Amino acid sequence: MNGKIIDYIIEKIIFLCGIIAIIFVVLIFGFLLKEGFAFFKEYGVVNFVFGKYWYPSSDPASYGVLALIIGSLLVTVGAAIIAVPLGIMTALFIAELAPKGIKDILKSIVELMAAIPSVVLGFVGMVTLVPLVRSILDIPTGLTAFSGSIVLAFMAMPTIVSISEDAIRSVPWQYKEGAYALGATKWQTIRRVVLKAAMPGIIAAVMLGIGRVIGETMAVLMVTGNAAAIPDSIFDPVRTLTATIAAEMGETVKGGLHYKALFSIGLVLFLITFSINFIADLFLNKNKKNC
Amino acid sequence: MNLKLSPKLSQKIAYTALAIATMIVILPVLTVIIIIIKNGWSALSWEFLTTMPKDGMRAGGILPAILGTLAIVSCAICVTLPVGVFAAIYLNEYAKDNLLTRIIKLAIVNLAGVPSVVYGLFGLGIFVMMMGFGVSIIAGALTLSIMELPVIITTARGALNSVPYSFREASWSLGVSKWQTIRRVVLPNALPGIMTGAILSISRISGETAPILFTAAAFYVPHLPQSMFDQVMALPYHLYIISTQIPNMPKNIIFGTALVLLLMVLSMSLFAIVARLYFRKKRKW
Repeated sequence: MNGKIIDYIIEKIIFLCGIIAIIFVVLIFGFLLKEGFAFFKEYGVVNFVFGKYWYPSSDPASYGVLALIIGSLLVTVGAAIIAVPLGIMTALFIAELAPKGIKDILKSIVELMAAIPSVVLGFVGMVTLVPLVRSILDIPTGLTAFSGSIVLAFMAMPTIVSISEDAIRSVPWQYKEGAYALGATKWQTIRRVVLKAAMPGIIAAVMLGIGRVIGETMAVLMVTGNAAAIPDSIFDPVRTLTATIAAEMGETVKGGLHYKALFSIGLVLFLITFSINFIADLFLNKNKKNC
Repeated sequence: MNLKLSPKLSQKIAYTALAIATMIVILPVLTVIIIIIKNGWSALSWEFLTTMPKDGMRAGGILPAILGTLAIVSCAICVTLPVGVFAAIYLNEYAKDNLLTRIIKLAIVNLAGVPSVVYGLFGLGIFVMMMGFGVSIIAGALTLSIMELPVIITTARGALNSVPYSFREASWSLGVSKWQTIRRVVLPNALPGIMTGAILSISRISGETAPILFTAAAFYVPHLPQSMFDQVMALPYHLYIISTQIPNMPKNIIFGTALVLLLMVLSMSLFAIVARLYFRKKRKW
């Protein structure tokens, strides 16, 4: 076979691999839609979205997703409140203040943090954090949305820190020199110039971190208590969208209504993370244009 | 009340706050690692790593879980690495700046954001049910390989992109075709970057539980995996099971299992991180 033909075939294969990401996104979405629609037809979208009770094993079973959405939101908001300020401050420290050698070490630790499996974090949270929360707050169980928020905050941290740090580092040095020339101190420059210029990137970092938190499964399953009821406060047990899928899929009849209901939850999750990532990507592109 | 601080003082306060925040972020990571090492160390032994579990998993070793994870992960990387690198080659070397490329990039970003448990659902629907693989190594591996695809593509693309454009031009000017240039010039120079990305991916998927929950993992299998179509025990799933589902589980076995998983994952990540720093320093251009 001559070289031209080999080149031609290989380039076709390369193209096919190039578009494979699109194929998978469409496949995943299509699959969730298919099962989801089958469920909506049988159970009704309104009953699903606004139903307050998730009792898949009672008779008749009810599949209201509202309590689960609120559970996910509560844990996520809690995690964001902890992770966002700490994450941005850490990114500033690493990008602007830390000396060269320490910077590499800190960045490596942040990366290691991302590598710790969520099931390990869930386990450690279960044996250390959960009893701690229970005794400090004097509540009946430490398996609460609050515990989940703390664990998830640390899972969101690597994403928030590393992407924010990138954004801060990519602020052109001319901006800073301009501020120094006007007599600004280093901190004034960081706060008024660097932070502002890096803002789109930081917003993207926060959104991606939140996206990761919403999709997190195992750690949440292990520390939030899994009560599928609308919680009164952040110190109640909750059950998230992801944990519901993970906990219940094993006991469903494959192809049954419960099985399809769990796919519908998957569809909800997919739509949430898709929009978050889509918007975060817009911000990231804006950041590139800014600098 | 006058709250206006002098610029010098407010700088000092701000710097202290940033340093404290960094400590708050870093310390728990180290604490988690130390807790697991301290409590799990006593369970680690050659026997623990090389024997089957006994007494309803309350004694004995974790060999089948280790082998199961190795099997799933190695299959997954064999699928995802070539596909991911080819996709990266397309994006970096062939793609023009047009609508299709923008859609591909968007798809990659979104694929990276899909929750791991949703991959599990997809794998269950497509590989386990539709293709009839059943709950098996192959179904779990394919699920993980799709999940890892965006990571591989992004890191490989970064590695390809860091090969200077002039290398390609030099090769083209000698009359070498585009693909041959990529194969003989660009890929060898990008290889260290691609490999570190691959190792980071392996480390990441070794610890994933949700995607294999309904596609590959089994509560307990009395024998070692025989074929690609077997259900297997897997280390992260095993940790989940013994820490939540089995009453009166000896604590040191749970910590020991967590330690083995953590060592596996962290050693690979650390290796990749150090290798990357090393190659970055060594690079001549």
